[in-house]
Amino acid sequence: MRLLTHNMLSSNIKGVVNGFPLRIEAEKVLEKNVEMNSDFLKKMFEKIEWKAFVEASRGMGYTELPEEADSSMLDSDEFLNRFHHALLELHLEEGALVCPETGRRFPVRKGIPNMLLHEDEV
Amino acid sequence: MWYLCVFFHRYLDYRKPEVESLAELFGAFENNQNDDVGSKLQWKLPQHHHPDSPFHLVNLPSEQIARNIANRSILVKGMYEVWGEGGNYEELKDSIMSYPDERKLPYLDSNSTFRITVDTFGRVISQQEQKELIQGFSYIPFKGKVNLRNPDHNFWLIEIDNSEGSNGLPRVAQKTIFFGREVGGSDRKLIPTYELKSRNYLGPTAMDAEIAFLMANQALATPGKLVYDPFVGTGSILVAAAHYGAMTMGADIDIRVVRDGRGPDCNVWSNFKQYGLEMPIGLLRADNNLPPWRPGLKEMFDAIICDPPYGVRAGGRKSGGRKLLKGAVEPYIVPDDKRTDHIPSTAPYSLVECVHDLLDLAARMLVIGGRLVFFYPFLREEESPHNHFPEHPCFKLISSSEQILSSRYCRILLTMVKTGPYTEEVNLAARIKHLEFRENHVKWLEEGNLHSAVFSPADTQLTEAGDYKIKDQKPKYRGKYV
Repeated sequence: MRLLTHNMLSSNIKGVVNGFPLRIEAEKVLEKNVEMNSDFLKKMFEKIEWKAFVEASRGMGYTELPEEADSSMLDSDEFLNRFHHALLELHLEEGALVCPETGRRFPVRKGIPNMLLHEDEV
Repeated sequence: MWYLCVFFHRYLDYRKPEVESLAELFGAFENNQNDDVGSKLQWKLPQHHHPDSPFHLVNLPSEQIARNIANRSILVKGMYEVWGEGGNYEELKDSIMSYPDERKLPYLDSNSTFRITVDTFGRVISQQEQKELIQGFSYIPFKGKVNLRNPDHNFWLIEIDNSEGSNGLPRVAQKTIFFGREVGGSDRKLIPTYELKSRNYLGPTAMDAEIAFLMANQALATPGKLVYDPFVGTGSILVAAAHYGAMTMGADIDIRVVRDGRGPDCNVWSNFKQYGLEMPIGLLRADNNLPPWRPGLKEMFDAIICDPPYGVRAGGRKSGGRKLLKGAVEPYIVPDDKRTDHIPSTAPYSLVECVHDLLDLAARMLVIGGRLVFFYPFLREEESPHNHFPEHPCFKLISSSEQILSSRYCRILLTMVKTGPYTEEVNLAARIKHLEFRENHVKWLEEGNLHSAVFSPADTQLTEAGDYKIKDQKPKYRGKYV
């Protein structure tokens, strides 16, 4: 699971109000090279919740992202590289996503988050 | 400028929508004054040709656009600048002679190489005959050298003669001869490369490669775009989108399909690796009925392409729905010690609900101008009251293409464009529309009914007195081509 996916997900258990961001419990993190597409990155930058993204990247052991970011920084290649690396190249292979409100763990196995709810959670 | 657009004689309903989608992708409508979505191209048929004919004339703003469309299209065999046409070779000669020299001479230059290919539709001609036909063009002042392998200019003599028997099917074309210069041709090698029989990881409902490419073209998949499939299965639709350079993302409710596959080198990832494609950005297990998107997330995807489970080959499932055990009063609570590896039960997911959720998802998650491309099942009985396409206030339907599956039922590829933003009011209006739709369709579309309509014996279709004559239906012969 890449951090782009993480940034889109929340815990949708019935009754949960603040299901975002899910806390990352990392057991195994992989890095995979992905070709950079700056247009795509610029588009995604607008949609990303930056704070949650920085936090998640720390959870994966990557600390090179600035605390705050605005779209003017997209002109810097250095920033773009870091953003690209954190968004698309870091993979959570094994671990879990934890609901911030209830502590429910959504397991991530072989890179696939299992977001399906139990019967009593829907 | 008008070009002769020659199609492969298959998937007749899909041909024009594909060309129109690609025309949009390559900017053919950019100078249009009215920015109406789903712009149509101007089409003409050659004289005395049936609309099913593989030969059409299409008006495109530039040769570059015509070439781009032809090179990427699955169903266009070639696009040609017509130098002459006629019902016989005298007429053809007159027509070519009167075609303006300034359009012809640049391609007859002595520094260029060329080749003439003879193509016939409706009959087969011998090598000898082809040679004679080509030699008959001595009245065109070709100055360049012949190069059969890799010529600068490709000329085509296309003879259409559909007059002799066509297996009892109606004639689609009158005798016509075209001579023209090729502007672009399709790359059909794509289809054998991606054929399902060579695919490592397959499921029972994996999408046929050719149709998957048609879907990816309808979705305008291209580098820098993000394409999502909420019923991803083995990823067969996303493979086509990834081939065109789009980023892909998929979800499925069945975790075995998306996570485990059939082993370490036989899963959704390996299907992308097999063709050297960029891996999906994300795969997850999620329920389309209760999607786990964070609040406020919207307009993430450029296109959503899918083949929803509608209960014929495979039925849909959604969360919840465990029946109360005998004697139980309270709904089932998962004990704490069993939570970790608990396998939640799922309930049947009716098509009506599934389509509603899909439209809702698309309305929220597509960018404005983004496309929703999906298959929808249809009974082919005439004027069946059930035959309505689902609607949504955020979407405009721009094409519907039928694929006949049996004499009784078919599936239709719907392409919709998002035209308006998703708001609370829109959401409410869509819900009301959905309820109306559901009211009218519930009997037919609910779980199992479509399945039985498709698979039950055909005796309701027989006429009385035991006469085994099947009711006259829509043009059945098209099924032969499809």
